Amino acid sequence: MPRMNMIQALNSAMDIMLARDPNVVVLGEDVGYFGGVFRVTDGLQRKYGEHRVLDTPIAEGAIVGAAIGMGVNGLRPVAEVQFADYIYPACDQIFSELARLRYRSAGEFWAPVTIRTPCGGGIRGGQTHSQSPEGIFTHVCGIKVVMPANPYDAKGLLIASIEDDDPVVFFEPKRIYNGPFDGDPNKPAVPWSTHPRGEVPEGHYTVPIGKAEIVRKGSQVTIVTYGTMIYVCEAAARNLGIDAEIIDVRTMVPLDVDTICTSVKKTGRCLIAHEATRFSGFGAELSATIQEQCFWNLEAPIQRVAGWDTPYPHAFEWEYFPGPARVATGLKAVMETP
Amino acid sequence: MPRRSRLHTPQPHSRPGEEPDFSYLETSPAGAVARPDVNARVRDIGNLAVDLVRVLDEGHRAVGPWHPHLDPPELQVGLRHMLLTRIFDDRMQRAQRAGKISFYMRSFGEEAVSVAQCMALRPRDMLFPSYRNQGLYVTRGRPLVDLMCQLLSNTRDMCKGRQLPVMYHWAGGRIFSISGNLTTQFPQAVGWAMAAAIKGEDDIAVSWIGEGSSAEADFHHAMLFASVYQAPVILNVVNNQWAISTFQGFAGGEQRSFAARGPGYGMAGVRVDGNDFLAVYAVTQWAAERARTGAGPTLVEHVTYRGAAHSTSDDPSRYRPKDDYEKWPLGDPLERLKNHLIALGEWSDERHAALARELEEHVLESWKEAVQYGTLADGPRLSRDLMFEDVFKEMPVHLSRQREQLRAEQGG
Repeated sequence: MPRMNMIQALNSAMDIMLARDPNVVVLGEDVGYFGGVFRVTDGLQRKYGEHRVLDTPIAEGAIVGAAIGMGVNGLRPVAEVQFADYIYPACDQIFSELARLRYRSAGEFWAPVTIRTPCGGGIRGGQTHSQSPEGIFTHVCGIKVVMPANPYDAKGLLIASIEDDDPVVFFEPKRIYNGPFDGDPNKPAVPWSTHPRGEVPEGHYTVPIGKAEIVRKGSQVTIVTYGTMIYVCEAAARNLGIDAEIIDVRTMVPLDVDTICTSVKKTGRCLIAHEATRFSGFGAELSATIQEQCFWNLEAPIQRVAGWDTPYPHAFEWEYFPGPARVATGLKAVMETP
Repeated sequence: MPRRSRLHTPQPHSRPGEEPDFSYLETSPAGAVARPDVNARVRDIGNLAVDLVRVLDEGHRAVGPWHPHLDPPELQVGLRHMLLTRIFDDRMQRAQRAGKISFYMRSFGEEAVSVAQCMALRPRDMLFPSYRNQGLYVTRGRPLVDLMCQLLSNTRDMCKGRQLPVMYHWAGGRIFSISGNLTTQFPQAVGWAMAAAIKGEDDIAVSWIGEGSSAEADFHHAMLFASVYQAPVILNVVNNQWAISTFQGFAGGEQRSFAARGPGYGMAGVRVDGNDFLAVYAVTQWAAERARTGAGPTLVEHVTYRGAAHSTSDDPSRYRPKDDYEKWPLGDPLERLKNHLIALGEWSDERHAALARELEEHVLESWKEAVQYGTLADGPRLSRDLMFEDVFKEMPVHLSRQREQLRAEQGG
């Protein structure tokens, strides 16, 4: 089985879809000739030409607006927004148009657009290259929201997203593009080549949208998380000697409530972790849903671990990032029994 | 006097109680503007963005190089579509006043824009309208009953009760869904046109916004992408002088024409008399051929006048003179085409009156049929379950649960 990092896996997904479906097009800033600032589209324009892989002006609203029109005209666009921090100019087109076109036209028009965008911190990006705005998108009816956390899922979920007739906002946690990260920036980088989920089939396969995955079986507490935080939580639980069941949400909309709540009912304890700011973050939705469905099984209040409710500060990256210490505090709190 | 900076606030030329003043409007005599080759370079046709393309002169004759030489039967069809649009608008306005529909927007005074443009395009060309382009539906032949059922949000509402009145869509007629958020359709039309070019098809996209909406970022996004990719698209700014209560100066039309933004982005810009059916037709034909032959996009500014209120929710007598429209120097599009046909000996007041009666009757009959399918106030309505459909292609579990909850809350 070939080994890939997330960048190669995502590239492979687009390569396969460009080859399989003449209606698939890729567009975005720097994605063509140059191959993307993170190299995710490397070589695709050379292989498929300038009419299938388009460099665009720096105008996120126009990229998404044009992608919608292309989708209405039968194409299957994969638009890249270079950083999730830059997606806001496109939000009217995403929220008011892409998300609601099928609804408002009673199914006569729709646009199968996938918007890929790198998110999250831990790369010294400061407040304009580190944000995790996924929660904002989950609040909008009509778009699917996906975030893979390993190369296998990255490829399978991206292919599934491109093939999906609904719009998908696809977040790529860029800190783990090249390898899993346990939250300690002083340790040497770990590549995906040593991780089982770095094994990625060459060909076409999908990972279903709407399915969470239990990445570690455990009995004492359920950790519901996604993206980079999966690896931070794994390490923190291991260090504390806690037998945690760790769930990778993978798809925020539609949410796999059953997998999450079955686990929480079993363990009786739940910690939710994400990099995004805490207040009104996606963790709040998770917490409320789990409380509604698992209240009588809970042994302790649900704990949330998140980024602070401040912008992401450049010089205090590791004080901001919800690293092992913050996860450990949350785990200790959730394990307490009065 | 010391020189100092100043803040300029654009002022309309007349306010309620004042004599209408259109001295700001720059026009050209009919027939005076040259018609360049459709493949002309943008840099060589800058005058088109400043002058005003007109065909119909004061004597109701068609003159000059833009004269499209349409046969009288075609002109009569155009007149019919414009008159039907106007009568339909009038009747729906009255239905709103009578409380039968919740909201309406007339296109009074702007009928030539939709009708002449639509007639100059091919049936496969894709239209991305604003909310004041009902003439497109009339011209492409959507039965009025269907439009009325949408306005009534009844059991045959094409939008299934999800959209405000006038926000129609028609995939079969290749008319895109109207958003209600302004200008969003502009970059979408450009994307649609890019896709046509990518697929090697020669259909073009055409979109419309008002001059007020050209202030939105989406206008600039659309212009930029259209120019960069030379997309086969016609982008129309319908300058009807008013964006609800603010006159066109507040959208940036005071210092320079809207058409001039075309050359600013490196694309053709044409300023046309939007109340001159023949001029609108000819300019559209020119721009469509330009787009279809790979010579690039065109921005068309239609100089026209919003003869009615913005919608049934505002009262223009609070911000402009009551008799503004009667004094509008470019006249009324319907009257002008009618007078042209009469001058040609192909029409008469009697025929016009007979046509108006026929169309009034058609609108009335359509309305009688439409209300049989329900009204928003008195029902019957579509199933409330439809609320949960089409959010996604397939209904996810959380929505089917909410649908069950609504059923329970309403007693099964």
